[in-house]
Amino acid sequence: MSSVADTMDGLSRSDPGISRVSKTIPEANLRNQHRLDLLFRLATRFFAFLVLILLAGIIVSLLTGSLPALRAFGPGFVTSPQWNPVTEQFGALVPIVGTLVTSFIALLIGIPVSFGIALFLTELSPIWMRRPLGTAIELLAAIPSIIYGMWGLFVFAPAFSQLQPWLTATLGAIPLAGMLFQGPPMGIGVLTAGIILAIMVTPFIAAVMRDVFEVVPSVLKESAYALGSTTWEVVWNVVLPYTKVGVMGGIMLGLGRALGETMAVTFVIGNAHKLNASLMMPGNSIASALANEFTEAVGDLYSSALIELGLILFLITFVVLALSKMLLLRLGKMEGQKT
Amino acid sequence: MSASMAIMGLYSRRLWINRFNLAVSLLTMLIGLFWLGWILLTLFEAGFKALGPALFFTMTPPPGASGGLSNAIAGSVIMAATGTLIGTPIGMMAGIYLAEFGSRGWLAPVTRFINDILLSAPSIVVGLFVYEVYVIHTRHFSAWAGTLALALIVIPVVIRTTENMLRLVPDSLREAAAALGAPQWKVITLVTVRAAKAGIITGILLAVARISGETAPLLFTALNNQFWSLDMNQPMANLPVVIFQFAMSPYENWQHLAWAGALLITMGVLVLNILARVFFRNKSPTY
Repeated sequence: MSSVADTMDGLSRSDPGISRVSKTIPEANLRNQHRLDLLFRLATRFFAFLVLILLAGIIVSLLTGSLPALRAFGPGFVTSPQWNPVTEQFGALVPIVGTLVTSFIALLIGIPVSFGIALFLTELSPIWMRRPLGTAIELLAAIPSIIYGMWGLFVFAPAFSQLQPWLTATLGAIPLAGMLFQGPPMGIGVLTAGIILAIMVTPFIAAVMRDVFEVVPSVLKESAYALGSTTWEVVWNVVLPYTKVGVMGGIMLGLGRALGETMAVTFVIGNAHKLNASLMMPGNSIASALANEFTEAVGDLYSSALIELGLILFLITFVVLALSKMLLLRLGKMEGQKT
Repeated sequence: MSASMAIMGLYSRRLWINRFNLAVSLLTMLIGLFWLGWILLTLFEAGFKALGPALFFTMTPPPGASGGLSNAIAGSVIMAATGTLIGTPIGMMAGIYLAEFGSRGWLAPVTRFINDILLSAPSIVVGLFVYEVYVIHTRHFSAWAGTLALALIVIPVVIRTTENMLRLVPDSLREAAAALGAPQWKVITLVTVRAAKAGIITGILLAVARISGETAPLLFTALNNQFWSLDMNQPMANLPVVIFQFAMSPYENWQHLAWAGALLITMGVLVLNILARVFFRNKSPTY
């Protein structure tokens, strides 16, 4: 104890302001510093705790906000396709289905593309190109979603409407699944929203895939190469099995992003509260219903129903993102054991 | 003879599968770059038409009249700056806890887990939350509400980067400072955080980039204002919401302004991102 005090004394001698005090009462100075340490520690602890309070606050405030709707519609809210502000009949089925379907399309397109990009960035690209190319893909993630929405509405949708009759003629001719592609070539609709979401989630999934591909020990890959494997065989039979948990985590992260995406979807989905078998028809998603209607919602029940939609969205994304995080943590543990 | 032919055939099949799949991989990379190029090209083409001094010095016009975006630009800058100023210290303190004190106990792992979820949670829900806890009680939309929503988006980003960057600081630095008798709060604030300064600033820049394009949380909080207003207790114009309103309108002059605003935001966000990457040379730690 006394030796520490001595050191404190010696240390503070360089600072004339403190040395005057500490020479006379080094013990008090030490105690003072201990108190400051405790204070600092408690302060940081408080702010870390604030994150949990924030989460609890979000859930509680959304719950209280949606109480009127919860009382009025009960659990039937989730399964009812009704959405009529005039008669105050609300159901969440259309936006829930729209959210799930657009996200599903986004993953269907986004997963293979992200895998290709991650494969290119980790195995194929020359070293000097990796950084700029990786940055370019990350910039795709940095573009604000409202820009995607505008671009989707004014540029992509008109171009896509040129392609739609061809889709209807080819994919639409398939029995059963064909009805997904029947409809007028309007350019906007559920399919367009799904494609734009695919462009938006690809950089997120690709970034995670690239990062987890890089944790594969090179000894493992080199062994496979030494046995005569081609690059593709190494990636498909060694890298992918080794990282599958992390890849799933990346996909879940992309799904979480796609589910909650607001502005890009709002521009192109068409905002129609109607269930349609065809993906070419306009639909609605939870986030875009909120963005379009919340400020104009008249009456407590209407806004309360919208808040309940927000609560449902938050719970779905929470579960998906929690799953993603757990999968990525599991890969992290595996990595720890390896080396 | 036939056996070796079969082997050769198998070998060339494997080679072709390899070539084909790698070609597809190259193609997906090109597709990614193609989208980026197409979006940027559109923005430049459509945005440059309305770009000029009038854009920065005149206010948002009524339909059909000429004008600029000065009030929206000012509003966006004010709210993004205030949001960052509020969110950064909170995020840094929490990040310091996770990195420096978080090795024991339940709080750190739980906070880390929840924070990573909040990082990717839908931003429109943050808007709803601020509406519920702030706008309803003050009974009007206001710039403070918008600022609060943006700060709540900044916090998880800063927590994540601060923690990651502090973890990169070698323990020998902490031990050396502690061995000289420095108390822990001095070790952290004067040694560890300073050593991680560049990385933490990178994180803050990325957080600013993220909130300057956020639209959804501002819709129910700051709303919009067609007049010049710097009163934080009143609704305030901001670029994203103005772009949303103008782009969805049938008026041509509004749509032109929306494109110009879109170009401004995207350039700002991209410059911030590239700055963060080039100057600090650290791998981007968060999304």
